[in-house]
Amino acid sequence: MSVIKVEELKLIYGAGTPFQKTAIDGVSFEIEQGEFLGIIGHTGSGKSTLVQLLNGLLRPTEGKICLNGKDIWEKPKKIREVRFKVGMVFQYPEYQLFEETVYKDIAFGPKNMGLSDEEIDERVRKAASFTGLGDEYLQRSPFDLSGGEKRRAAIAGVVSMDPDVLILDEPTAGLDPLGRDALLSQIKTYHDVRKNTVILVSHSMEDIARITDRILVMNKGRKVMLDTAANVFSRGEELEKIGLRVPQITKIMMLLRQKGIPVDTSVLTVEQGFNEILSLARSSV
Amino acid sequence: MVRDVTLGQFMPGQSVVHKLDARTKLILLIAIIVFIFAATNYMSLLLITLASLLVVLLTRISFKMYLKSMKVILMVVLFTGIINLFYGSGEVLWEWQFIKITEGGINNAVFVTIRIATLVIISSVLTFTTSPSDLTDGLERLMKPLTVFHVKVHEIAMMMTIALRFIPVLLEETDKIMNAQKARGADMESGGIIKRVKALIPVLIPLFVSSFRRANDLAMAMECRCYNGGRGRTRMKVLRFSLNDLWALIYVLIIFAGVILCNIYFPATIR
Repeated sequence: MSVIKVEELKLIYGAGTPFQKTAIDGVSFEIEQGEFLGIIGHTGSGKSTLVQLLNGLLRPTEGKICLNGKDIWEKPKKIREVRFKVGMVFQYPEYQLFEETVYKDIAFGPKNMGLSDEEIDERVRKAASFTGLGDEYLQRSPFDLSGGEKRRAAIAGVVSMDPDVLILDEPTAGLDPLGRDALLSQIKTYHDVRKNTVILVSHSMEDIARITDRILVMNKGRKVMLDTAANVFSRGEELEKIGLRVPQITKIMMLLRQKGIPVDTSVLTVEQGFNEILSLARSSV
Repeated sequence: MVRDVTLGQFMPGQSVVHKLDARTKLILLIAIIVFIFAATNYMSLLLITLASLLVVLLTRISFKMYLKSMKVILMVVLFTGIINLFYGSGEVLWEWQFIKITEGGINNAVFVTIRIATLVIISSVLTFTTSPSDLTDGLERLMKPLTVFHVKVHEIAMMMTIALRFIPVLLEETDKIMNAQKARGADMESGGIIKRVKALIPVLIPLFVSSFRRANDLAMAMECRCYNGGRGRTRMKVLRFSLNDLWALIYVLIIFAGVILCNIYFPATIR
């Protein structure tokens, strides 16, 4: 069964004023339980707005969002429950840290859920270790941590609510390549272990292609494609028209194909590309 | 919400009023405010209100915007108006126990309300038509003589510029942090006053932290560009008086003469 179902979603900012802007324009899709979905789009394509709609921070002008088959705006007073079920990690989440210790900050979400102290303690420790923060970090002030550690602490603050759906908006922005790879593989592990639904928003094709099951491509508030990485990249020209780029290695494969060399163009990583070319070279010799 | 406030917002334009020198506008505004309080009867007040409305027309900014800025202080206007209703002497028109409404009271109320309304509208003209940087620039130039008394004029102006510049940035940041904490289940919409104040802590602390971070970054960036106060600093846009400024001055002088004449030839309505 689909965990999130979006029907004809529309969001208009500042309706009726001269600043009226349609941020989301008739988007429909379904996300399966346990799926790892990537959302990609140019700056201003509406991807961040879309995910804020999914956890009820914004209210759609038209259309419906169903979580586990129930319209999330059916009872507007209960919208907090939706936010606990759909955990949202914002861009640069380290700026939302505020408590005296990392422990207390991670515990903020579970506390708001009204859990018992033991339950909170267990969740905080689990969430911290999931994001790679050891016990020694928990009693430190979040403001003394390094940038990457702060971000982990902030992500742990959302993971600790144990949401059915975890949304991460540009979680790797501003991290160095090592930190980025580490964080992405941790998110991947989280997805594999918990079997929860994860939505990753990014504008880096490489990041998204590597770890997600399906990719939703957004442009100017509309859904352009929703498919597997390989299928999305096979429409490289369309992607370039809306200002997105396929991963370099995929692009190389496409160019080779154009030149008449029969390589597989659904290659996503340099390693796959290497093997592909190698096997091709061997077979032709 | 916070963003709908129009009081004190700059609206770019090309009108005559926009093109006036910021210094002219500042001085003339102060002059008009003085006239508003110098007017003692309806004739002189009417004169100055009409004169202000003419300036409003000249700005070519829709009157709706001015009304919006009035809305913010509507409560203040109504409150002072109503309070004034009960003060004053003269013929008693209506009485209920110790509350009396007199002819003088009604005059007072109407007078004060028109006064404040005119005051707000003419002040809005200044903020609507002058960009924050021009405004602080003008202020700095006007306060220049104070340097004799060791007042740090340039520094004060720079602080004002920075404060104005960062208002929208901080508003946006507040919005973001609020959303982030709401996503973690922070409840800011319900509960009593103490609960609501407490709920603000998760927003205020990150806001403070990021303000300090921004201040630090900005100071660093300014130092990197060799900023060391106002001494020897030249400007890209130098304020210059033009013929329009002269016309504006004459216009205000005429109003001034009118107000004085009205004050002399008509009896004072308020005391």
